[in-house]
Amino acid sequence: MPISSISVTSPPDSLSDQIVTALEIRDVNHTYRKPALRGVSFLVGPGEFVLLLGLNGAGKTTLFSLIAGLLELQQGAIRVLGHELPHGRSAALAGCGFVFQQSALDLDLTVAQSLRYHGALHGLSRGRVGERIEQELERFGLVSRMNDLVRTLSGGQRRRVEIARALLHRPRLLLLDEATVGLDMPSRRAILQRVRTQCLEDGSAALWATHLQDEVEPGDRTIVLHEGRILDDRRDIAAASLPDYFARLAASETVA
Amino acid sequence: MTARSLRCFAGIVEREFQRFLRQRSRFFASLVRPLVWLVIFGTGLRSMVGLSDIPPYGTAVAYEDYIVPGLVGLILLFNGMQIALSMVFDREMGSMKVLLVSPWPRWYLLTCRLMAGVIVALPQVYAFLACAWLWGVRPPVYGYFSVLPALILAGLMLGAVGLLLSSLVEQLENFAGVMNFVIFPVFFASTALYPLQRLGETSAVLAEVARLNPFSHAVELVRFALYGRLEAGALVITALTTIAAMALAVWRYDSGRILRRHLAAS
Repeated sequence: MPISSISVTSPPDSLSDQIVTALEIRDVNHTYRKPALRGVSFLVGPGEFVLLLGLNGAGKTTLFSLIAGLLELQQGAIRVLGHELPHGRSAALAGCGFVFQQSALDLDLTVAQSLRYHGALHGLSRGRVGERIEQELERFGLVSRMNDLVRTLSGGQRRRVEIARALLHRPRLLLLDEATVGLDMPSRRAILQRVRTQCLEDGSAALWATHLQDEVEPGDRTIVLHEGRILDDRRDIAAASLPDYFARLAASETVA
Repeated sequence: MTARSLRCFAGIVEREFQRFLRQRSRFFASLVRPLVWLVIFGTGLRSMVGLSDIPPYGTAVAYEDYIVPGLVGLILLFNGMQIALSMVFDREMGSMKVLLVSPWPRWYLLTCRLMAGVIVALPQVYAFLACAWLWGVRPPVYGYFSVLPALILAGLMLGAVGLLLSSLVEQLENFAGVMNFVIFPVFFASTALYPLQRLGETSAVLAEVARLNPFSHAVELVRFALYGRLEAGALVITALTTIAAMALAVWRYDSGRILRRHLAAS
């Protein structure tokens, strides 16, 4: 991103109300030493919940990093909430909430301090942040842990804090990269359900990346990504239609 | 600057202070290190090293008085490395992503992060100056005020170098080596412990290295400011080094080079 292209004096939350797509990915290619993404294209509509299903190494995290502007776009186009990357990066990020595969919490801060830090980064006033912290922690059943250090929380609680944090500035697009990784089944279900409800209640769109086929529910729109390519993109994807590697993965998880 | 951008800055500063307060040992380490130099090294060398007619003192000066600005520089140098370490740590732990996906340009976020690091360093410097006062090193009272802009600029320069280093160091494990490689040569090959004239009497090469070392200029800026004087050459070199290091650091963070390596490795 050219340094001179964005001014800190321009409010970064000027989102258009006329957004046709929450996320538009067009013919995106990305290469490290070998190709990580090859001709990836899809759209996510406003308020839509979409699963991005792919094994480890499929290119999900690379795609998320490109959407987040953490990586330079090499080829193709990405439009987030009507803002073309990389020039519209700041305005796009103002409307996005991220949950990363790797935990991104500061263990030496309390839950409230972590959330306040995020609110400040998004320019929210102290009063408003305080209100929203209570609301979000209430939703996630973590109010009683508000003043505890993050390092004292369980893995599931930390994940819930990260999702609460992603929702704090009321994003229009949620991007969750393996948000339930390492959690037990009840915690996974609860978090997934919370995000689905969020989409219904607030009308925010969500792209949920996972390698776990059992997170797909009937009626979900599912994009299957494998070795950097989109293999399938439709609703009501049946287990039988998934390629062999997913069947093998499901079988190995059942055995485990 | 808008209210939103100021809130972002305030949030980054607040986080730095919260982390600093949880790491009390860091505060004591930052004090003990220069105090050991002042009390032991300074006392030991006082009788051997006679300093006279050195600007800005203008008269014979005790060795402890001479090294105090250098030891202030040492605090700021360690603080700059602390900024670098904290950036590498945040990158490894993933929390840097929270900063980088906030809706501001990278140069603004990195500048806020740098300034937060400098603001955290100032109480450490003044605590050391208070201890030095108790030890008998007593610059004029106005010097404690006039030195503040010099402390900020020197802190920004060393912090910017730290930010640049953080963009070059790939893993946390490598950082200890890098710190030793940077801190000790930079500190010893400078005017922190001995004046340039004295260095020139024994080694012209070392004197030239010290003269070219930007840390020497940061120390001289602080030294003169502590006595209410401005050393213009030091000011210019410190400012230019700050701008150059910051521009390079922003360029490296802005181009996504650092995270690309992490993702490619995974």
